[in-house]
Amino acid sequence: MTEATLRVWRGDRDGGAFEDYTVPTDEGMVVLDVIHKVQELRAPDLAVRWNCKAGKCGSCSAEINGAPRLMCMTRMNTFDPGEPITVSPIKAFPVIKDLVSDVSFNYEKAKTIPAFAARPKEADGTRRMYQEEVERVQEFHKCIECFLCQDVCHVIRDHDENKMAFSGPRYFVRLAALEMHPLDANDRMELIRAKQGLGFCNITKCCTEVCPEHIKITDNAIIPLKERVVTEFYDPLAWAKRRVFGRSGRGLPPAAAPGPSSPHSREPEPPSA
Amino acid sequence: MTETIDRHEYDVVVIGAGGAGIRAAIEASAQGARTALVCKSLFGKAHTVMAEGGIAAALRNVWKEDSWEVHFRDTMRGGKLLNNWRMAQLHAQEAPDRVLELEEWGALFDRTEDGLILQRDFGGHRYARLAHVGDRTGLEMIRTLQNHAVHKGIDVHMECTIRRLLTDGDAVTGCTGYWRGTGQLVAFGAKAIVLATGGFGKAWKITSNSWEYTGDGIAMALDAGADLIDMEMTQFHPTGMVWPPSVRGILVTEGVRGDGGTLVNSLGRRFMFDYIPDFFRKDTALTEDEADRWYTDKANNRRTPDLLPRDEVARAINAEVKAGRGSPHGGVFLDIASRRDADYIRRRLPSMYHQFKELADVDITASAMEVGPTLHYLMGGVRVEADTAATTVPGLFAAGEVAAGMHGANRLGGNSLSDLLVFGRRAGLGAAAHAASQRSWRRPDEAQVALSTREILAPFERPEVGEDPYQLHGLLQRTMQANAGIIRTEDELTRVLADIGKLRARALKVRVSGGRTYNPAWHLALDLLSMLTCAEATALAALRRTESRGGHTRSDFPATDLAWGSKNVVTRRRDGVLVLTDEPIPAPPDDLHRLLGDDAPEQARVEPELVIEAARS
Ligand SMILES: Cc1cc2nc3c(=O)[nH]c(=O)nc-3n(C[C@H](O)[C@H](O)[C@H](O)COP(=O)(O)OP(=O)(O)OC[C@H]3O[C@@H](n4cnc5c(N)ncnc54)[C@H](O)[C@@H]3O)c2cc1C
Ligand code: SF4
Ligand code: SF4
Ligand code: FES
Repeated sequence: MTEATLRVWRGDRDGGAFEDYTVPTDEGMVVLDVIHKVQELRAPDLAVRWNCKAGKCGSCSAEINGAPRLMCMTRMNTFDPGEPITVSPIKAFPVIKDLVSDVSFNYEKAKTIPAFAARPKEADGTRRMYQEEVERVQEFHKCIECFLCQDVCHVIRDHDENKMAFSGPRYFVRLAALEMHPLDANDRMELIRAKQGLGFCNITKCCTEVCPEHIKITDNAIIPLKERVVTEFYDPLAWAKRRVFGRSGRGLPPAAAPGPSSPHSREPEPPSA
Repeated sequence: MTETIDRHEYDVVVIGAGGAGIRAAIEASAQGARTALVCKSLFGKAHTVMAEGGIAAALRNVWKEDSWEVHFRDTMRGGKLLNNWRMAQLHAQEAPDRVLELEEWGALFDRTEDGLILQRDFGGHRYARLAHVGDRTGLEMIRTLQNHAVHKGIDVHMECTIRRLLTDGDAVTGCTGYWRGTGQLVAFGAKAIVLATGGFGKAWKITSNSWEYTGDGIAMALDAGADLIDMEMTQFHPTGMVWPPSVRGILVTEGVRGDGGTLVNSLGRRFMFDYIPDFFRKDTALTEDEADRWYTDKANNRRTPDLLPRDEVARAINAEVKAGRGSPHGGVFLDIASRRDADYIRRRLPSMYHQFKELADVDITASAMEVGPTLHYLMGGVRVEADTAATTVPGLFAAGEVAAGMHGANRLGGNSLSDLLVFGRRAGLGAAAHAASQRSWRRPDEAQVALSTREILAPFERPEVGEDPYQLHGLLQRTMQANAGIIRTEDELTRVLADIGKLRARALKVRVSGGRTYNPAWHLALDLLSMLTCAEATALAALRRTESRGGHTRSDFPATDLAWGSKNVVTRRRDGVLVLTDEPIPAPPDDLHRLLGDDAPEQARVEPELVIEAARS
């Protein structure tokens, strides 16, 4: 019988420490299976979130050897035997207990995004959309809300003070999904420009690297959104057009530069870009 | 010790935030009811998120020949005619509107060439009928509902477990539970409550279900005086993963077969041709050539037996394995690699591709998968009235997997997601109407609140040395897997009941250590009690139904019995004990009955030889 040792962070809001647990393992186990073994045999009150055990629900996010991962999709055989494996809660959000953090930040941000609003039906009562046009948005709909991208993004990871003004990559994906939806008739450009904090993002691509759904967050969501903000607000021709034909006719005058810039800004932000 | 209890009041409290619960909350709120939505996990993580293959609705985008009538017929025949005909009718009639409504709210289904919603083949459906998004349809559905609900003024209470319904001896007045994050107790006063809590698959060892499926809603309804029906009807999905051991039971979508995959035994034979029951012979291809032609020409060919209803396929796999023709790890092979090109497979089944690659080191575009039956779905549950989703307790409604009747003895794939929307909406309407008819909240009975408080906190207050909830859960899973599986006997079911009796005594001695903050041992200690109640109801109902039909197969009563075809087994709690009766199922009116086919009165048969062979070997 084989064994594995996990070094698991135990604690709560008041602090905590790593503890080592050695348990028997079986072929094919993932980190979440070993955590369950630890609960069963060593630490019954060890707190962890999970549901699907197949990478579909985004509940079991944690930092494994410091890397943001889904515990249910991290196979034990990807580590060298004898290599220490540490498991700690995602760090960008306050811990509740052990591996469970308070992710309510994300649910609050979700409320700030105006809903989808469908444009009217066609004359024959249908809504035709073609596979090519939906595919690009379907990529964004793959998001399982694991919040690993939020966890890794330097704008909020060590900067609680930015959380008010920055929604984070998960919500840029959602905004992109709405903006590029073939049927959506809502206008969120001003919101994106002024309220969601897109300007903080300096395209480090860390979010894309950790996304378990392989959504190209930066290339396919963030950069196109930034470009739209630029053309819609800083290109006078586009702005004029928008005033006349705008998505919902609610055009806005070109405004001053959006939001504060990122503390780690490496590139100039949209207004001057 | 005096315990402070967090108190809230709403017109409607919806317990459960899967497809059924969210849809119910949206509707109740739209009717003007002040609505709360309560769930054990985070919002958006309910079972519904895991649904893969699709949502069944006769949209007629791919096959003009389809209609609600055909969908109704398929559902009733698939359910071996044990279904509540009115639910099956409403479901078939309303599913297309509910799917289009999701599109109205932003869902993006895969498209046909002319820009409409694409539909795929699934077991038991005569025409390609499942609207889908690759193999992650549930994610699209729950996220669409979630994003829509966010702006509807519904209060969402996440990671809050409800343990008990409060009644005034007759109608519901509220419910009690605790916040998982803090351990704080909570009581909701409510004019109406909708249960949308799902099934109890976690009582079995090999299951596609998550930790949430402990049957809390069913147990609470029973304790509040509601009727349960069909608790013996459990669905074993034929294709769960079997290897490696840690993933055993995880679902492999029926979409694999819908998109061309076939089941093969260790001799390389497509064995489903050997298991075509008479009841489906007229609709099923008898040769491999015809089966293969059917995918592209449904008008002139019959459906492949790989896509027979789930109960038939699960029993066949079980029989092949027992006859020694299984795969190395005790399943059979599911092969799409040799039948469709790699691009097609990756495009149609991206999450299956990913799941096998990451968890089993198998490339499904290059080699066959190993699959075997896994406990998947509960057809039985809380008895409801078709039009309003009202249970037998005033003010209590139920929708989704927790409710019973819609699927009869066996559910067709894709019919759950549509069920959630059709009856979630109706439950929301029913609950809002009931709430509007109540002038004020009836004060919760404080004695019941106190009793619930004691029950919830008991695991902390028992003597230092107590039972371990993880161990007891393991024992329950072991006995259910061994003795309440696909094929059952009186001896085995009696053993389950004896085991449950012992386990319940031990469960009342569970002692948990640690504090109340997010303590999973405590959560399991309480969930275990619900599972034991549901398991007992299932074993008792399975003992009572002395025949084989759909999700219930008895090797000591292998034949389908005409007399049982028009009866539900009803379970109630009376004076603390479970009491079972048989009650007649109302027959459909003549016009609907005609849709079922000439052989309908003959009833849907399980082949007795097949059952006996599987049990013997
Ligand atoms: C892997 C998998 C794939 C599937 N694929 C398909 C498919 O392709 N097509 C199809 O039609 N069906 C499919 N099904 C079946 C279908 O997904 C489920 O039957 C359906 O999602 C159940 O929905 P629901 O709304 O009834 O409950 P769920 O979505 O399970 O939600 C239950 C809710 O109740 C809450 N809850 C439970 N107990 C309590 C409590 N005590 N207190 C508070 N809240 C509680 C939970 O937290 C959760 O929010 C699949 C099922 C699985 C497991
Ligand atoms: S690319 Fe932008 S959003 Fe993504 S991690 Fe970097 S700064 Fe954050
Ligand atoms: S975008 Fe990717 S990493 Fe971010 S929450 Fe969604 S799935 Fe997770
Ligand atoms: S448990 Fe669902 S993603 Fe890991």
